Formats: sequence, structure tokens, C-alpha cells
Amino acid sequence: MPQMTDERVRAGLAREEDLSLLHEVSMKTAGVSHLEMCIQCGTCGGSCPVAMEMDHTPRMLFAMLRAGMREEVLRSNTPWLCVSCYHCVVRCPQEVHIADVMYTLKGMAIKAKLYRDSTAPDFSQTFVDMVESYGRSYEFGLASRHYLKHFPLRLPGMIPMGFGMITKSRMAITPRKIKHMDQLTAILKRAKQLELTS
Amino acid sequence: MNKYLLFPGCSMESSAKAYMESLNAIMGPLDLHFAEIDDWNCCGATEYLGINLIPAYSLIARNLALAAQQAKQMDGTRTVVAPCSACYLNLAKADYYMQERPSLGVKVNEALDAGGLQYEAGALDVRHLIDILVYDVGLETIRNAVMRPLTGLKVVPYMGCMLPRPDYQHRWSDHEHPTELDDLLRALGADVIDYPLTTSCCGGHMTQIGPETAFELIRRLVADADERGAYLMATVCPMCQMNIDAYQNEMNHFFGTEYHMPILFFTQLMGLAFGLAPDELGIGAELVSSRNALANIGVEVPVTQEPAAPRKKYEGLPMPPRLLKGQRREKEAVK
Repeated sequence: MPQMTDERVRAGLAREEDLSLLHEVSMKTAGVSHLEMCIQCGTCGGSCPVAMEMDHTPRMLFAMLRAGMREEVLRSNTPWLCVSCYHCVVRCPQEVHIADVMYTLKGMAIKAKLYRDSTAPDFSQTFVDMVESYGRSYEFGLASRHYLKHFPLRLPGMIPMGFGMITKSRMAITPRKIKHMDQLTAILKRAKQLELTS
Repeated sequence: MNKYLLFPGCSMESSAKAYMESLNAIMGPLDLHFAEIDDWNCCGATEYLGINLIPAYSLIARNLALAAQQAKQMDGTRTVVAPCSACYLNLAKADYYMQERPSLGVKVNEALDAGGLQYEAGALDVRHLIDILVYDVGLETIRNAVMRPLTGLKVVPYMGCMLPRPDYQHRWSDHEHPTELDDLLRALGADVIDYPLTTSCCGGHMTQIGPETAFELIRRLVADADERGAYLMATVCPMCQMNIDAYQNEMNHFFGTEYHMPILFFTQLMGLAFGLAPDELGIGAELVSSRNALANIGVEVPVTQEPAAPRKKYEGLPMPPRLLKGQRREKEAVK
């Protein structure tokens, strides 16, 4: 891969910094992403249940990555709409870890503050805050904080649902905490330091 | 019978309590034994992975490390069972990627080390509950435990996405049309309806961040099950159950439809077939009631007295209470 990059740069087909975006995303993705192997067949977009609402189909997004269009890629709503159904992943002839690449792009967009709508990043962050405080998810805290901020108008229509969830004891009002929270906190603290240096 | 380590996951103690209750209830008849992983933590669902890579995988790996430690004290156990599809996928994913990309494994272990833990990727088998039931317990054993066949119960098997895909360890019969749930429901005597959408998405977290997108995905699943004449849907995942059950009402409002499609966990249907009572199986905890659906096969779900939604008494502006004429007189009379 690096050798091919050099050749393309020498031939004037691409600038080095452009090509490095594809490489950067690939390196930041868990597992071996196979992103460089994309043949632009479009099977991913054709398999996607929410493609019609995406700014760019995954295929198009991967072409933009290759073209080094950093800002456009990180501003795209595509990764935020991905529902992680893995239809594209099992159908991709090149075995690109598409859903995991989407996770990587979300993380990069958050760090670069380049998302357009904060609903999804806020939801993820709130969820993570709860997990980092208690070690378990805390649905009541998550739902109330999230809906008050992002969907206040949806709340009246949700009263019967929320009420049903509570009376059927499917949603606890108080959080549950794991026993060794200090251990988890230490692990996550170290993991965050490692994330910065990798 | 083989002992397994259980990773229940957060939903099993809250929104999917009925799943846990029914799982506990069917373990006896099947002679199944689970040891819960001590002090397990949240798997991060689909949220943590989109924020930070190493912390997300370290969060998952703490569970694997704890499980591996516990497994050493249990003779011959190396299987972690997750009843939730999202937990199952995250645990399987961490185990697999730590092997596929050794540098990830090294970093995750460095983080775990800060908590005095270690995990050697590949040390455990991560499997979903239905995998254990169909392939370890076996359909024959399940068939033999049936006391009250679900004859005539028209049900669509809904597998969802995160169970059969991406399938790192090649555990399922197919990625898009797996038949494990069909086979299991048939073993219970149910009238299983062919359901092409069996692995279509329920919307996942979109009910929280893009409701209109989620409503359409829910509508497709519910409408198709309805058109095929299903009395109810059977699921293997707390997230799918939550989306289709708790958001069905909002979805109906959004589209102006009137669907009423109950969705139960497959373990609840197993319990019914094993002759257990609905209230031992958490039946009735669903928001879209399965009462009428189950009445079709002569199962009576006791009516739980549902408290009316609290209505705040209108008291106008905060003012001292006005004394009525009668009250004043009464007061005076007391004096």
C-alpha cells in the first residue's frame, strides 16, 4: 500500500496528504478494515435500509475518503444514520468492515467537531457518561436527559410509553452500579491515554 | 449438563426483564445451568464504539477477562452465553478483532492491566443463547420437554441483525435467512409463518436519535407480519423487542395506522409450551398486549390491574385555598 501511494503521488494522480486520509481511517478502525480494497461496486448502498436518507451512500463516502475530502466526509450524515445491521458487511465482495469504518468516522467527526446535527453524538456521549459513572447503562437517566434536550416536543406523546415501562418495572428510576467501579475507571483512564498516543 | 458463563447485559435487568424471567423458568425443564459473570459491566452497546476505540474495546474486554478468570475455576467451561444480540456481537467482536489486529489486543491488555486484569483473545467461545438451545441442548430435547404444544399459534420468527451478522465464527445457517428460530418454534408446535424480513433492522438506536427513520423500519416489520396473518412476533433480542413493542404506539400515531402486533421473547414461548404459567414468564410486561394473541391457543393471561396514568389535579395559580361558605361555618361550629 505505501508503495502504491508513492507511485500515485509521483504520477501526479494524488497528493500525499489526500491519500493519507484513507490510510488514517483504515488504521483507526478495529480489525483489518480492508478499506483500501473497495472496488466501488455499490453493493453496500444497495443493501442499506436507510440509504435513501444518507447524504452519501457508503460507496460514495469511500470514494471521497480516497479523494482526501476530509471535511466533506466528516460532515456527512452517513455514519450517523448507519444502524449497524451489517447487511452491507456480509454482502461486500471485498470484505470491507463497513460498519466499523462508520464507527471510526463518527469518532473522527466528534473529535474534529464536524457533525451537523448534535442529536446522535450527544446521545452516544450521554450513554457513555452513564456507563463511565455506573458501569451499567442507566436508561431512565439517559432517556430523560436526552429527550429533554433533543425531543422536548416528543415527550407528551411518550408519556404512556414511559409510564408503562415504569409501572411494568421495565425501567428503574435509580441506576445500578457495579461493585468494582474503581477498577473499571482505572482501565478506562489508561485506555484513553493509549487512545491519544496511538 | 455442561455449565456456561452468563453475560446477562443491562437490558435483562430492566427493559427485557421478561426475557430473564422466562430464561430462568425454562432452565429447570432443560437441565441448563448458568453461572453469571461476577461484576460484569455494560458492553457499550452501539454507542461507545463511535466515540473512542481503545476505551470501547477495553470496556468490553473487562468482561472477557473476568469471564476467563472465572472459567478457570469451573472445570471445562470456556463458553460465555449472551442472551442479548448486541452484547453477543460486542463480546464476539472484541475477541475476534483482538486476534485479527494484534496491536489492538496489546493496547487493550495494557489498559486492562491498570485494573489488574488480562485477556488472551481466543480463550473463550462467545455464543448467543439460541445457539446454545438449538445446537447444544438440541431440538430433540426441547421437543421432549413440550407439555402443551403451541398448535395453531401463528408466529413470525424475527432474528434481527446483530445475531446472524457479521458472524465472525460462522455459527449460523445463513446470514440473511437463518432458520434456527423457525426450527425452534416449530419444535414447540407453533404454526411458523415464513418471514422474509427476519433479519431486517428494527431501527436500533434510531428510535432515540432519528425517530422518523426508526418508525419506517418498525412499520415495515410490523406491517409485513400483520399481512402474513401472524398473531405475534418472536424475538431473540432485547433491543428488537423494545423498539417494536414500546415504540409501536408512536409509530402508529406517526403513520396513522392501527397495528397491534405483540412481540414476545422466544424463551417466553418456550415456557408456555413447557406448560408454565404466563405470569412465571413475564408475559404481560409487554406494552402491546399479547393477551388476545395467546387466547387463540387457549392460554389465558391474567389481567393485571393497571393503574391509571397520574393526572395532576388542576389547581390554578398557587394561591391560598379559598374557604367555602360551608367550611367556614363548620370551622366556627368546631370552635
